[in-house]
Amino acid sequence: MRNWWKVAAIILLIYTVIGGFLVAVPKQVILYESIRNLYFHVPMWFSMIFLFLMSVVNSIKNLSSNELKYDIRAKELVNTGIIFGILGTITGSIWAKFTWGAWWVNDVKLNGSAITMLIYLAYVVLRGSLDDEQKRARIAAVYNIFAFVLLLVFIGILPRMTDSLHPGNGGNPGFNNYDLDNNMKLVFYPAVLAWILLGWWIASLKIRMSNLKQNSIE
Amino acid sequence: MKALLSIFLLFISIVSQAQTLEMAETMRSEGKIYVVIAVVLIILIGLICYLISIDRKLRKLEKELKN
Repeated sequence: MRNWWKVAAIILLIYTVIGGFLVAVPKQVILYESIRNLYFHVPMWFSMIFLFLMSVVNSIKNLSSNELKYDIRAKELVNTGIIFGILGTITGSIWAKFTWGAWWVNDVKLNGSAITMLIYLAYVVLRGSLDDEQKRARIAAVYNIFAFVLLLVFIGILPRMTDSLHPGNGGNPGFNNYDLDNNMKLVFYPAVLAWILLGWWIASLKIRMSNLKQNSIE
Repeated sequence: MKALLSIFLLFISIVSQAQTLEMAETMRSEGKIYVVIAVVLIILIGLICYLISIDRKLRKLEKELKN
């Protein structure tokens, strides 16, 4: 069973959808049932960060070995991560509209995530603008390391240093503070794993597709 | 008497609103949340089947190109 993790992804995703709608949640004004977005909006970002992290690992491998296969892996992991980032932004925007009252607010967390998305889009543009394979792999890899450090700064560090509307940042408590009977964790942790596995699955398909394309050219 | 009754009812409604936060309990017991779950599950399973079929096609292609 080489693909056991794909089966795990399917089972966990189904569990997330059923549990996400049915398991009791803490009662909170303003949030109401929208607190269930925790199982869908937050894992988008976790998956994005996981995919970008794996991409950096492959970029470093590429720099140390000069093998092009790592460059292809890094590229497709970033591509998939961007999809998850876009989904995270859209879902967050909808959630913000019905809790904070606006589609977008100039909050450190929101602007930081927007800047991060632009940084990664620049990775795609940069990599696509170079023709020489070896050079492209190297420059893209160096830029990717730079991009990941900026991601940590913009999403992880800066939002925690000033006031933020976003839960879990800038003195604003995360949802674990409301989740007194740990009911939400029962769904949230499997949900995070489920979405990460799904992202990994999609990325692996894209990597295999890219490899096939590369082989057919050679 | 009527006015007194209506004030009393208003008072009760305010108190009950303050005490219980209306969530979707009724929606889950009498409503149709299960319909939503069914719809989302269908979409999810449909997308997963699509992923699996892409996975299979890729495997076939990989085998063909190896030979």
